[in-house]
Amino acid sequence: MSAVTRIQIGVLAAACLFVELLCRSGAISPLTMPPPSAIVVDLGAILQSKDMLGQIARTLADVAAAFVLAVIAGFLLGAGLAALPRLRAVIEPILASYYAIPVFVFYPVFVVLFGLNHYPRIAIGFLLAVVTMIINTLNGFDRVPPVLLKSARVMRLGRVATVRHVILPFAALYISTGLKLAVAYAFIGVIAAEFILSGDGMGYEIAYAFNNFENGVMYPLILVLLVVATTVNMGLYAWERRFLARQTAHRDTS
Amino acid sequence: MREPHVIVEGATRIYPGTAGRAPLHALGPIDLTVRKGEFFSVVGPSGCGKSTLLELIAGLQPLTAGRLVFEGVTVNGDVPPGVGVVFQQDASFPWLTVCDNVAFGLRRVGAPAPEIERRVESALRLMGLQAFATAYPAQLSGGMRQRVCIARTLVLEPRLILLDEPFGALDRQTRLLMGDELLRLWRATGATVVLVTHALDEAALLSDRIGVMSARPGRWLEIIETGWPKERDTGLVERPELSGLTARLWAHLRKEAVQAMGGGASG
Amino acid sequence: MTSPGARRPVLDGFVLVAVLAVLWQLLHLAVGDLALTSPWRTVVAAAALLQSPDVWPHLAETGIALLQAYAIAVAVGLPVGLLLGAHRLSGDVAEPMLAALYAIPKITLYPVILLIFGIGMPAKIAFGAIHGAVPIVLFSLNAVRTLDPIYLRTARVLRLRPLAVARTILVPAAVPEIFTGLRVGFALTLVGTLMGEMFGAQRGLGYLLMQAMGVHNMQTILSLTLILVAFAVTVSVVLLRVDRRLHRHRAVQTITT
Repeated sequence: MSAVTRIQIGVLAAACLFVELLCRSGAISPLTMPPPSAIVVDLGAILQSKDMLGQIARTLADVAAAFVLAVIAGFLLGAGLAALPRLRAVIEPILASYYAIPVFVFYPVFVVLFGLNHYPRIAIGFLLAVVTMIINTLNGFDRVPPVLLKSARVMRLGRVATVRHVILPFAALYISTGLKLAVAYAFIGVIAAEFILSGDGMGYEIAYAFNNFENGVMYPLILVLLVVATTVNMGLYAWERRFLARQTAHRDTS
Repeated sequence: MREPHVIVEGATRIYPGTAGRAPLHALGPIDLTVRKGEFFSVVGPSGCGKSTLLELIAGLQPLTAGRLVFEGVTVNGDVPPGVGVVFQQDASFPWLTVCDNVAFGLRRVGAPAPEIERRVESALRLMGLQAFATAYPAQLSGGMRQRVCIARTLVLEPRLILLDEPFGALDRQTRLLMGDELLRLWRATGATVVLVTHALDEAALLSDRIGVMSARPGRWLEIIETGWPKERDTGLVERPELSGLTARLWAHLRKEAVQAMGGGASG
Repeated sequence: MTSPGARRPVLDGFVLVAVLAVLWQLLHLAVGDLALTSPWRTVVAAAALLQSPDVWPHLAETGIALLQAYAIAVAVGLPVGLLLGAHRLSGDVAEPMLAALYAIPKITLYPVILLIFGIGMPAKIAFGAIHGAVPIVLFSLNAVRTLDPIYLRTARVLRLRPLAVARTILVPAAVPEIFTGLRVGFALTLVGTLMGEMFGAQRGLGYLLMQAMGVHNMQTILSLTLILVAFAVTVSVVLLRVDRRLHRHRAVQTITT
């Protein structure tokens, strides 16, 4: 374990300890936040509730659906835009300003379209995640070095073969950034929709617990959410380091 | 006298202007006949058009004027069969192992699997890459990656091999070693080789003939016969004739190089 | 004579807006007035809202919250990011942690914010500031951390004093990346402030939005959204222009081998 990782763990542990002390001493009132140790204990109780587990599973399923749809659609749309530079030039300003728009305001529109179920939530998560996937796919396509395209021509590959065997595989190497961001945005979209607007899922449970002053339910759920989001993110980081490192390291050095 | 392999007549390349740029007369007119099996080098100051000439011969760029014939076929912006190109930049495919990189071209033309295996194996051996067959290019040094590109080119058994400053990014010692290897491959394959390089001694050392190009737009200043025997290697550095050759090249190029840099330097 | 591939951004922009308006109209015709108000009605309603004395206090509230949140995000985020990036170890430690923070749906922390600050302006500002600060810290950190060491070595050879180094070399080199962070930070601050208003606030654009969503008043929802989107996109495009100019300037200057 590197020094950096040890320091990171140390910082996190110290922070938890600090908060624990603040809570125990009363500097942070128990009405505001229970001590971290108590949160963990409550977590155990939560995880034994079938209903809660169901809600957690529901949220995760929605996030996964939004993510998968966003990755597929984002990649295809990005590839399409890369192939049509005129269209791309027109759409590019939207892509760049997209994240300034709070897309969850379109939630009611989706409720009308899909009904009061989990599809509007998935749609919000999808809308948030798809654009970052498009942007990163375009980035991957842009970065194909001209010398690779020239080599393809020397080997007398046709246009289709060049796209299939040279451009797509190269772009795919750089999509991992898009995947990481897409996961993050899918989480944010689904949770935000649940939190503010719907009657289902983890976000809703947190909001409900907040409204009913149930810190013993709210904080553990928040903890679960944080842990899951972080784990997924770190998992993708690790996958990227392990599988892609040997294909992309040193690429930019001569 | 060996038969002509590549015939270039009045080849000219002018890059068309765009909204922000005037047209650029990059090369020509150039006349050249490269003989079958010969090792021909092109030297010249920066930006003189040597790479452009190479790409015209390869069919990677269209001619603005003139004619180019390879093995009896007119070449103009389309790559004819039988040509291999090694570029200065690393053209290895990072998502494929060394072995898959080398096999790439053969797989695309649908050669049968045992044939592919045989030829790849032999190419890897020829370039000293067997130990790295399952490695990825990103894990190799620059010189090794260039060997992968050369192997990938050779495995397709091209009759004309074009190299555009292939050793540009490598250090001097590696360059000399690669020069030896290049000569070895040239003799082994019997291919015609056209090498573009900015290193005068490298051109003087390796070639049968050297084309000295002027500053842009490139035209021939002289085409020099070296007279070296076919069985040669970089041991030639010991020969006194080499420095005479290099001096002759530099005498031409000194003036051109100054002009290319945009002004009179002190004498 | 312009070549066929030349860009005509202003014309393209108009074409884009026109196409979107047409699509909107078609969708409206497909799903009916209750589901989706027509573009024209929405624009008219939006104009009416902007002139309504009832609505102005809410817009002002959001605007003030936004400015304060952004000011805090920059005032805290920028120095923290620069300092963390300047020291190699701290940069290595902080960057993955911040990236993880970026990925967490910060809305889950909102109840905590509310418990600390209570319902109202301070909570909104805090929430917006947190949203904006994270990318600002991240980008500033990276801006300093990934500075080519050759710049510092050049500075040493030139024997510049530290302040001169910072002023003439480090800042110009880091500014483009820092600015991108400020731009993204603004967008996120807006989103954060808005989200803060939608849950538990009594005033502001977000509150109006929540109200309209509660009674399913599509026209109000869409006209408020239109105002919001128009504002967000305008600011974003302006900031983007500056961002591009900064980066192009930089790309020309960096002569890498």
